[in-house]
Amino acid sequence: MGAEHASALEQIGAIARRSIVRTFRQRGLLVFPLLFPLILFAINGSALGAATRIPGFPPVSYRAFALAVPFMQGALFVAVTAGVDLARDIETGFFNRLALTPLRGGALLLGQLGGAFVVACVQAVVYLVVGVASGVGIASGAGGALVLLALSTLIAFGFAGLGTLVALRFGNGEAVQAVFPLFFVSLFLSSMALPRNLIKTPWFHDVATYNPVSYLIEGVRSLIITGWDGQALALGFGFAAALAVISLGASSLAMRSRMART
Amino acid sequence: MPDEAIVASGLVRQFRKGPRAVDGIDLSVSYGEIYGFLGPNGAGKSTTVHMLTTLLPPTSGHASVAGFDILHQGRQVRTVIGAALQEAALDPILTGREHLLLQATLQGLPKAKRVQRADELLTRVGLTEAADRRISGYSGGMKRRLDLALALVHGPRILFLDEPTTGLDLQSRTALWEEVSRLAREEGITVFLTTQYLEEADALAHRVGIIDHGRIVAEDTPERLKAEIGSPTVEVVPVEHDQAELLRGALEQFGTPVQADGTVTVQLPGGEAQLAELVRALDAASLHVASLTLHQPSLDDVFLAKTGRKLEGAADEKPEEAPADGGRRGRRGR
Repeated sequence: MGAEHASALEQIGAIARRSIVRTFRQRGLLVFPLLFPLILFAINGSALGAATRIPGFPPVSYRAFALAVPFMQGALFVAVTAGVDLARDIETGFFNRLALTPLRGGALLLGQLGGAFVVACVQAVVYLVVGVASGVGIASGAGGALVLLALSTLIAFGFAGLGTLVALRFGNGEAVQAVFPLFFVSLFLSSMALPRNLIKTPWFHDVATYNPVSYLIEGVRSLIITGWDGQALALGFGFAAALAVISLGASSLAMRSRMART
Repeated sequence: MPDEAIVASGLVRQFRKGPRAVDGIDLSVSYGEIYGFLGPNGAGKSTTVHMLTTLLPPTSGHASVAGFDILHQGRQVRTVIGAALQEAALDPILTGREHLLLQATLQGLPKAKRVQRADELLTRVGLTEAADRRISGYSGGMKRRLDLALALVHGPRILFLDEPTTGLDLQSRTALWEEVSRLAREEGITVFLTTQYLEEADALAHRVGIIDHGRIVAEDTPERLKAEIGSPTVEVVPVEHDQAELLRGALEQFGTPVQADGTVTVQLPGGEAQLAELVRALDAASLHVASLTLHQPSLDDVFLAKTGRKLEGAADEKPEEAPADGGRRGRRGR
């Protein structure tokens, strides 16, 4: 038949194409993760405006302050979608079909995340456009907006790695969905709703300080309300990169075990 | 090229906290042969296929496929085999053509040949018109045909088909049988086919291995296996259900009757000629029968003779720990 081994890039491309096609053909996977964070943004933006009168609150509207949150919530949805997709492949035996080809485990993982990556990009653009349309200015300008998109996509990629890790470890979609609330709790236990220096409950302040999600949000938020804040960006990108490296590394190990053909 | 396409010796798979799904299987399959692996659900068929296709390492024993060791040369094994595993694992969101193009890419077919190969296989399995429809709209038979096409994308020399016709209607089943026969006859592809359908093994397989409780209990050509049983059997159903015991007694003069679900079956050592004698015996015992059927020896009789049970219903006794996820838990480290 003249078959030769496909390059890793070709393999990643083929799996990513499938993942993207799947995602875009299931509109519910795109629309609801897009709408839910925007609805929360609209509610919080108008209902929590009084928080801006707390002494020490940044001199911006609460909407501007809260715009970072949809990017995080969208990333969590991307994580669940990526995990459930992979888990479904394991459950239905499609994973075995792939395992019988010369496909490398790493290529499958990266390809699978390709869909997540594209969804994350689309979501980030929509959140940004809606934010600006609702009157939020981007303090860091157009360049900052691009950096914001890059950071939020990196965050989504890292969380998607966690989703695939759970899928590979447990092999079923229910496990991935069961972890989703934990992801959300980590978001609520961060500086999502208030700047950390204004969180007066000691245990909450401590948890938010040690919660890496706070630094991810603050990195995104700094570009919207502060401008170019080197420290916030370094921490944001640093934690996002660490999350991506750790989750993808752990996923690779789990993939090796799951795809342990002889 | 080695003499045998598939050779297994003492193949065992023991699941942790589970049954010994495969319990010392020895078999050899020649090139170009269709080997039917016949047994009820839970007998160990799928586990054996998962081991031979490198998806699951054996707990002990050895096997080679096309001369490559399944444990140490898995990659080489996978390049020469095609497999359609139990339950067509297809993506309902993708179309048939998209499946074939994905498979062709992953199997390393040159770009220029992928579309051509996909078209060729779609034509061969009769899915050209449905090629661009999503799988969610396919019937069971169409899914199975696509599954077969996917297994053939890279032109394998050995094909593993795990219960390829389970759940299909007669027409789809017959169409698939014809294609599998053609593959072996015209293209010389070796086929290792698992089935729980006696007629499928009988119609397709050059040789049949009967597996029960993880062990091969009989193996030969269907003709020789049936000839081993020798004489035909008669199945008698009494009008009154409670007369089955009486019926059994009346038939004891011909052999050892087997009674199941109100039906009494007995082998006629003297062949069809004894049928009149049997009717006279029933008459003498004043037994009225609802039906009386003469069966030429079938693989079901072989199964009954070798295991003491009928193939139909044997599945209920011991479910196989089906490695749908590749049986990742409890695998042997290398």
